[in-house]
Amino acid sequence: MSVLVYLVPLALALGGLGLAAFLWALRNGQFDDLEGAAWRAISDDDLPEKGR
Amino acid sequence: MTDALDLSLYVRRPLDGVAAMDLVVDGVHCGACIAAIESGLRKQAGVRGARVNLASKRVTVEWNEGALEPPAILERLEALGYPAYPFAAETADSVEKAAEQHLLRCLGVAAFAAMNVMLLSVSLWAGADSDPNSATRDLFHWLSALIALPCAAYAGMPFFTSAARALRSGSLNMDVPISLGVVLALALSVFQTIAHERAAYFDSALMLLAFLLAGRTLDQHMRRRARDFAANLTAIRADRALKLVDGGEARETPIASIHPGDLVLVRAGERVAVDGTVEDGRSEVDQSLVTGETLPIAVREGAQVYAGALNLTGALRVRVAKEAGDALLDEVNALLARAAEQRSSYVRLADQAARLYAPVVHVAAAATFLSWLWLGAGWQQSLIVAITVLIITCPCALGLAVPAVQVVAAGALFRRGLILNSGEALERLAEAGTVVFDKTGTLTDPRLALSNGADIAPEDLALAGSLALSSKHPLAKAVAEAARATDPISGHEFPGQGVSALHDGRRLKLGSVAFCKAEAEAAPIAAAFPDASLIVLRTPERAVVFAVRQGLRSDARETVAAIARRHEVEILSGDREGAVALIAGELGVAHFEFGVKPKDKIERVKALKAAGKRPLMVGDGLNDAPALAAAHVSISPISAAHIARAQADALFLGERLAPVNDALSLAAKARRLMVENLWLSLVYNLLAVPLAVTGRVTPLIAALAMSGSSILVTLNALRARQAHTLFSHSEETAGDRASGRTPVLGDGLWPAG
Repeated sequence: MSVLVYLVPLALALGGLGLAAFLWALRNGQFDDLEGAAWRAISDDDLPEKGR
Repeated sequence: MTDALDLSLYVRRPLDGVAAMDLVVDGVHCGACIAAIESGLRKQAGVRGARVNLASKRVTVEWNEGALEPPAILERLEALGYPAYPFAAETADSVEKAAEQHLLRCLGVAAFAAMNVMLLSVSLWAGADSDPNSATRDLFHWLSALIALPCAAYAGMPFFTSAARALRSGSLNMDVPISLGVVLALALSVFQTIAHERAAYFDSALMLLAFLLAGRTLDQHMRRRARDFAANLTAIRADRALKLVDGGEARETPIASIHPGDLVLVRAGERVAVDGTVEDGRSEVDQSLVTGETLPIAVREGAQVYAGALNLTGALRVRVAKEAGDALLDEVNALLARAAEQRSSYVRLADQAARLYAPVVHVAAAATFLSWLWLGAGWQQSLIVAITVLIITCPCALGLAVPAVQVVAAGALFRRGLILNSGEALERLAEAGTVVFDKTGTLTDPRLALSNGADIAPEDLALAGSLALSSKHPLAKAVAEAARATDPISGHEFPGQGVSALHDGRRLKLGSVAFCKAEAEAAPIAAAFPDASLIVLRTPERAVVFAVRQGLRSDARETVAAIARRHEVEILSGDREGAVALIAGELGVAHFEFGVKPKDKIERVKALKAAGKRPLMVGDGLNDAPALAAAHVSISPISAAHIARAQADALFLGERLAPVNDALSLAAKARRLMVENLWLSLVYNLLAVPLAVTGRVTPLIAALAMSGSSILVTLNALRARQAHTLFSHSEETAGDRASGRTPVLGDGLWPAG
């Protein structure tokens, strides 16, 4: 059972990392426009000049 | 745009030297639109950046202060093919947004904690506590407590504060038993952990919070969407007025920055945007949006005009009214204030359920405690069993039962062209008894249309249409539209009378009956169409009389018939007897009243209320506003006067009346589902009660009971999407054909579930 000594903190740290990422995203307005984000992902705006 | 446009009201200054403006954009619906708008705006000199928000159909533009004039941005967007409307965010918007963000944060924390504690709990259930000296189990319990206590304290805040508020005001809402359940479950678990006991309920408490927060977040999201949407519409419909500044120059100004005492110019064919007194000019105005009366009335210096009235013939200079002093508005305002006072505070279904449910649960827990004590158990053990009874009966699903149905039903209604203004509108709608319609603008389409087109020779119609193109008069516009005229005959317009032109050597006139000297021809038409306004085409040979009026909405007959099958229907109109009787006859409505003043409307609504009929008022005018506020529930068309829209519980979009019927039938179904959900969750909880009372509940059973019932009621709520509606094509947004504005109203604006 001594494996728990590092497995449990590891699990908690990973979970906490996920939570921190979520809170960061929320604060940065990542959830403000869910529909726009879906389209921006496939937009090729950022490619060098080529007739779109 | 010939007049200068004053947009200073909308410009923000986020940084020094940077100006920004928010705009509602008509017609953005996909990625290509985003790219076109953003890159198109960035190419404009001086613009620092532009960002489109597709969900709310808005764009934020930033530019270097002084580098360009704000109207240039509107012109640029117009040139790109996206008409835009400046938008001033209200504080209420940011409050709603902050509330949603807070709920999302709470949900994130609760979900994180629930998952991690569940990880520990599952390993215990799977056998990790077979350890004889219970060291592992205690360690896991302490770890769970370490996660659960702070997370629950944070994530439970929305419930705790609401419960505290309810208790302070001496009432009970659903959050009281929820908070009690969560707090007791946590307290008991800590106690059990200290005592090295096997059972701890950290996971149940957190799961409960996560499920409920998910429901609340969806609910709040829906509410904010509805608010955004209403704000967009306000921005699009925001009236502007031509303000006359000192030098006599006319400047197009949003009415928000027009103040009492200002002088505005209202040209023929325009709507009056403000309340005020005519200072100069003569004209006829159509006050149908204000009083319901469809015949135009003559105005001259000193006459009162009201926002929403349509100026028909001549230009008017209007002095904007001071805060007090005009009779009609004062009367309406006083009535409104009284109606709002009398609107009893409505007890929602969920809170009704909580009132019944909470005492039962608490009595059951107390009885359990006393019985165990009486049977000889120690007080500690009795208390533990009593608390497990409270935990197992904690109304997890009860808290979800109503909001889940509301979210689904509101989404379904939205797709049918109806926006709910308030959360309880659905419940009120479901209880509606008598349906009271206003006539003008509600049963009839507010746009004028030619009604005797069938009796008119096509070549006359074409000729009149071409001639009508050179007039600004609304009646002439209606004729031009009916003729689908494209090539204008240029003529000279005599303000207030009509147009005259020489065409192929013939003298043609289009205008009022007197202008065309057609009294004899007009008389039979006037008798046949008592509610119509007449306009005449005079050629050297003959006179052709056109009857123009607000026609019935295209589906008014079917909709009213469908509603009449389940409700009593009445018409209350401010219009003349002939006009109202005609419409009532066409619709088959037996009970109608005409020439009704705002005061009488409110009296009628109150009488219905007193008779227990719970009236649904459907109306659009300024004169309907008090009755809308006094009725049990109310609906307005989106074209309604601002003050009426503000009072209505729901708005319908587009030309068709069908959303009113859809709202009634969907609300009835939604209410059925809510009650069904309440019973489902109750039965589900009650099944577990015998186990709890006999002290056999394990943490595993508690977790299953909670998640199981939550999932059950959520699935049941999804059934609110399918409801019987009048027309099979109801799925299309009703506004589609209405105005070309629909894209703002948007496809997929609503979450599917």
